[in-house]
Amino acid sequence: MMPISPDAWVLFRIGPFAVNATIVFTWVVMLILVAGSWLVTRRLSTGPEISRWQNLVEVLVTGMRDQIRAVSRQEPGVYLPFVGTLFLFIASSNLMAVVPGFSPPTGSLSTTTALAICVFIAVPAFGILRQGPLRYLRHYVRPTPLMLPFNIIGEVSRTVALAVRLYGNIMSGTVLVAILLSLVPFVFPILMQLLGMLTGMIQAYIFAVLAMVYIASAAQTSGGDAASAHGAAPGDAPRSAREPGRTAAPDA
Amino acid sequence: MDSLSLIGMVSIITAGITLAIGSIGPAFGEARAVAQALAAIAQQPDESATITRTLFVGLAMIESTAIYCFVLAMILVFANPFWNHFIGTAGG
Repeated sequence: MMPISPDAWVLFRIGPFAVNATIVFTWVVMLILVAGSWLVTRRLSTGPEISRWQNLVEVLVTGMRDQIRAVSRQEPGVYLPFVGTLFLFIASSNLMAVVPGFSPPTGSLSTTTALAICVFIAVPAFGILRQGPLRYLRHYVRPTPLMLPFNIIGEVSRTVALAVRLYGNIMSGTVLVAILLSLVPFVFPILMQLLGMLTGMIQAYIFAVLAMVYIASAAQTSGGDAASAHGAAPGDAPRSAREPGRTAAPDA
Repeated sequence: MDSLSLIGMVSIITAGITLAIGSIGPAFGEARAVAQALAAIAQQPDESATITRTLFVGLAMIESTAIYCFVLAMILVFANPFWNHFIGTAGG
């Protein structure tokens, strides 16, 4: 029987609860992220001499801020904690798939569904935070009230799509390596693992970007009226001013 | 033929067909998307950062249809609920 989910792998039991591999490895990833960021941010410096770990964290944070700003065309401050956490958790758990004995918690449909439900709840939360409940709920009857069921179906189906996409990609990597190990035990599975690391990073990026796109589309002051053009203009102006510098950097 | 072997046979054939058909469509779609993106980058190299980012997100969304088919095929082959049901009734 091929393991298509680490849920069935029960490590130990606490009373009536079976603690399976998904939960334990989620704890491992959480521990690494929390302990790592605590160790790094314990002594931060603002001077010209910074430690290499602080440099790494600064690169990560500024990179995420730039990406969020480019995708949503809004200031990233509000969204950074949620979207950045999603990205860091998924990316680190996907990358740790190369550690022997570790099975990534994102290769279980339970974890990815939980993450997708977080996004499902965060979208109206940010939308209401930005626009107020009435203006946000009016989105659902745009362009006509006839579209109400389709809008709701769209929200649910894209949540399912988020969960199944991440699960399918990570699970396919694990299953492929398992099958290849029985066929070609040397060298080739390592290449597939490398490909799996690339896929894992891309999937983490895509999950975060899609979450950001959904949240941004709910949070922007939209509609075909003058308020939208007015609301979009202040966000656009600094972006277009910043964009030449951003695109010029890779060319130079 | 008893129901167990029928279920096994139909599941395997369906899994193969699911993967075959389910990968053709996304393959065409991704090929079109990449070709268009390459043409756009060739025309406007300055915008390559934006185009690449949008391309990746779009590719992931196109690819998810293939991933659905893959998950379905995996369920059919490795975690078939009907198979498990009939194994359970046959065993006890």
